[in-house]
Amino acid sequence: MDGYYAFMLVATAFVLMMTVPALALFYGGMSRSKSVLNMMMMSYVAAAIVGILYVAVGWSMGFGGEGTFFANPFELFWLDGVSTGDYVFVMFQMTFAIITAALISGAVADRMKFSAWVVFVPLWSLIVYFPMAHMVFSCTDNSLICGRIGAQDYAGGTAVHINAGVAALVLVLLLGKRIGWPREQMRPHNLTLTMLGAGLLWMGWYGFNVGSIVFGDDPETQFPLETGRTFATTTLATMAAILGWLLVERLLHKKATSLGAASGIVAGLVAITPATGAVNLSGAVAIGLIAGGVCAWAVGLKYKLGYDDSLDVVGVHLVGGIIGTVLIGVFSTSDGAGGVDGLLYGGGLGSLGDQALGVVVAVVYSGILTAVIALAIKYTMGLRLDEEDEVNGIDLAAHGETAYDLHSGTSGSGSVLAASTSASTPTSTKGVNA
Amino acid sequence: MKLVTAVIKPHKWEDVREALETFGVAGMTVSEVSGYGRQKGHTEVYRGAEYDIALVPKIRIEIVVDDADSDDVVGIIVKTAQTGRIGDGKVWVSPVDTVVRVRTGEQDASAL
Repeated sequence: MDGYYAFMLVATAFVLMMTVPALALFYGGMSRSKSVLNMMMMSYVAAAIVGILYVAVGWSMGFGGEGTFFANPFELFWLDGVSTGDYVFVMFQMTFAIITAALISGAVADRMKFSAWVVFVPLWSLIVYFPMAHMVFSCTDNSLICGRIGAQDYAGGTAVHINAGVAALVLVLLLGKRIGWPREQMRPHNLTLTMLGAGLLWMGWYGFNVGSIVFGDDPETQFPLETGRTFATTTLATMAAILGWLLVERLLHKKATSLGAASGIVAGLVAITPATGAVNLSGAVAIGLIAGGVCAWAVGLKYKLGYDDSLDVVGVHLVGGIIGTVLIGVFSTSDGAGGVDGLLYGGGLGSLGDQALGVVVAVVYSGILTAVIALAIKYTMGLRLDEEDEVNGIDLAAHGETAYDLHSGTSGSGSVLAASTSASTPTSTKGVNA
Repeated sequence: MKLVTAVIKPHKWEDVREALETFGVAGMTVSEVSGYGRQKGHTEVYRGAEYDIALVPKIRIEIVVDDADSDDVVGIIVKTAQTGRIGDGKVWVSPVDTVVRVRTGEQDASAL
């Protein structure tokens, strides 16, 4: 299986690309120009923190043995006892831990202290994500969602998307609304970045879904049969979700938008993530259409219910994750990865029940423990940026930078006005400018 | 002398410039501005959220002309920039006391 090994190296790099830079671009374009750097930095810094923590205890907690919620964190501490030949599987799972934490950042745009994010991310990974990965992906006999309940989740509908979506919801409820929301205009500042990010996410998602294959007795036969299915279902669901989102948007708001297409891509990918191995081509299109359509409507809920989920982590990842995970119980076929027929193929309600229970466990576990972590941070170091810093822009407050230097008509060193305003030019560069 | 100021739709700017040049206007100052009149901006929809965008992009042209040319210049701008739809803009004329050419120090009519 040399081919499989080589494929996993590529798949792992693809999934890392989903966070750095794809998710950062997708979110960055949707944020305001005064907070785009912070938005992107939340993804980049999550990659750095979660990655190292994952090697320390993440892999061990996820895949170090038996346990209902997690395995012994010290069994394989710092990969002690893990062959370098298996490192690629550690790295692959690490990229999942990274993107799950990074996904949450979209909800807290403009207003969460950077220091609070830097503390929240490792705590959340340790207490919420690593156990959830064990419950879903390790699939040992005692593991709660896969082993005990028997819910199918091929690549992370529960562990990644529902998990991040619930955490995002809890976090915004504790963090509060942005100043001026929803009265003030908070338009996306650069949708071309968002379109680019969505496209890169789509590409990276092949590593995410197709790379999530788990082998049975006959890997040589299973590998092409199953990767062909997951590649195709991932593709078709995404295409269908674009159309589903645009259609609903056209009906509800009279326009098919580029942000809608980008969002449809992500909604479709999210929904097909758990189901990619379980459904056939028609099932994939059905799940994509439903996810695209429902998410296009669900992103409006925050205005009715009054929570400022800034870039719709709840409306896309929680809602899309639930749709995909539950609909496995409807559209799965017994020749798929789970070997179970869904409701539509004569399998009865059994699978649907297992899937629904898996969703409930993921929501409750993530919801309660995220609240504990967020409350602990809120009442010690604080979650929320200063009011003045928030209005001036978190890029400047947290990072001392601005993303764009846009002087009308001139740019860069050619601008006379720009030069006359730079009173604090460092002395070392004065000679160069002159 | 008069200062003619016109705020027009951006897509009419090239036509207006050409017409003014043909008439003999030697120079002008142009800026990209935003504002609104009776049309009150437009709406944009992002993920279902409707935004009222109050400010609409416009082009502002400023020309200093001889008293005698003022009516013609205004007429040309109005004729060229007109689409008949709401949001075509405004033209107004104000008196100018003195004009000086920076290069030579020439004043008033000879500075135009």
